Amino acid sequence: MLDILMIEDEPNIAEAVRFILTREGWQVALHGDGLGGIEAIRSGKPRLVILDVMLPHRSGTEILAELRNDHDAGLAATPVLMLTARGQATLHLPQADAVLAKPFANDELRAMVRRMLN
Amino acid sequence: MKQRGGSRILTGTRIRERRLALSRRQADVARAAGISAAYLNLIEHNRRPVGDHLVVRLAAALEVSAAELAEGREESLIAALREAAVRLPDDVAAEVEQAPELLARFPGWASALIATARRADALERQLVTLSDRMTQDPYLLTTLHEVLSAVTSVRSTASILAEGGEIPPDWRARFQANLDEDSLRLSSTAQALVAYLDSFDTQGAIFTPQEEVEAWLAAGAPPIEEAEDLASDAARALAQGHLRRMEQERAALPDDALAAAAEDPDPMRMADRLRLPLDLVMRRLAVLKPAGFESAGLLVCDGSGALTLRRPAPGFPLPRPGDACAIWPLFQALASPQTAIAKRVEAPSGRRFRTLSLATRHQPLGVDGPVLTRAQMLILPEEPGVPTRPDLLIGPACRICPRADCAARREPSILATA
Repeated sequence: MLDILMIEDEPNIAEAVRFILTREGWQVALHGDGLGGIEAIRSGKPRLVILDVMLPHRSGTEILAELRNDHDAGLAATPVLMLTARGQATLHLPQADAVLAKPFANDELRAMVRRMLN
Repeated sequence: MKQRGGSRILTGTRIRERRLALSRRQADVARAAGISAAYLNLIEHNRRPVGDHLVVRLAAALEVSAAELAEGREESLIAALREAAVRLPDDVAAEVEQAPELLARFPGWASALIATARRADALERQLVTLSDRMTQDPYLLTTLHEVLSAVTSVRSTASILAEGGEIPPDWRARFQANLDEDSLRLSSTAQALVAYLDSFDTQGAIFTPQEEVEAWLAAGAPPIEEAEDLASDAARALAQGHLRRMEQERAALPDDALAAAAEDPDPMRMADRLRLPLDLVMRRLAVLKPAGFESAGLLVCDGSGALTLRRPAPGFPLPRPGDACAIWPLFQALASPQTAIAKRVEAPSGRRFRTLSLATRHQPLGVDGPVLTRAQMLILPEEPGVPTRPDLLIGPACRICPRADCAARREPSILATA
């Protein structure tokens, strides 16, 4: 089963995050666009979604709203960690389980993912 | 007529002040202008009117431009002085009624005061513009997002390399390449950002043709070919159109007639008495600013609600073009064409204004053409301390308005909200 699906359009950030989390033993898949993001979640059924807010074609907040309204109650309850470049103080994301502001420390990312997966 | 007589008196005083400043005798100046010394004496003591041709001859004799002795310029400068006085803090009491004397006796100081007040206006507009840019400018937001993305990538990747542990050679090579790529992206984006921020100063915070025309109008609508504010062809074309309309409307309602009618503070009664359309009277009041209407401002919008002209009244909160407060009575008028709407409004600063709004409909292409609607709102500042209750609490635009509980709010404010 897929542990983590990361939806992030910046390939270098996505590669770094995937390396960091893979080294911790988790299985990580990447999706690089807002378009098709919800389908990637439905097909991958990850235990955790890491979702960037600013994505091309479809924003992370739109994808999150659609996920929470999914008819599959199990899928709709998937934990979501939002990545934002706007800072946690200015962004109100009540549907997210956690928010991590860019730039972040690798230790901070690992600790947050560990807490959410456990 | 009263206003015209008042202006001529000022012209006489100005002639006398100018002659004395040059240490010239009345007889010498009179001879140069082709009139008798006795007649010049009467003019200087405001006992005889001065015709336009004589103003030109006297101006030449006194080595000053005719415009400086002319009626229109004098009135506009007096209006500008009164506007400057209205902008002063409440605890500073200027002798507003003596503005004509100040202008006649100390034209240099009067000009300095007007220039300072206009500079303050320009700085206020610039502040709002910069605030808008910082919060909504798509280029700035995109660039800052780009910087943050590159920084995030550099930080995570550099930490991976610094943390040690086993890193396969191909991954190590990829991370090093990513670092190189991101550092290049970061430096070029930062340079672009600095250049863009630098342009805020050099552009003087005027960005659209409409803003250029508004700055030109605020500067007293100097000749278009000499106007520094009119930088673009589009702005010059707009300004030409404004001048044409202002001339047509001045012909329909001359200065003297308006100044005499303005003794009545109610523009609707004024329009009735003059047998002229109310919208014309409102526009002319905002341009001429006769006694009693020195601080009048005017907003005009088209049927879509887009503001097409903004002549600000001192203290009235105006955002950048393209933005507005939905509570302004101007927009209520759009819903009730041909019906004048009088409302007292209060700005977030506590300043209160009387407003009169009217929308009119036109079919410039005839009955088969589209029906166009135009609304305008005359804004008249109320004296501080007048015990009136406002009908509406207004603001500039949601992003820079502190009214947290406003029913018309469409987006959060960047200001600390009450």
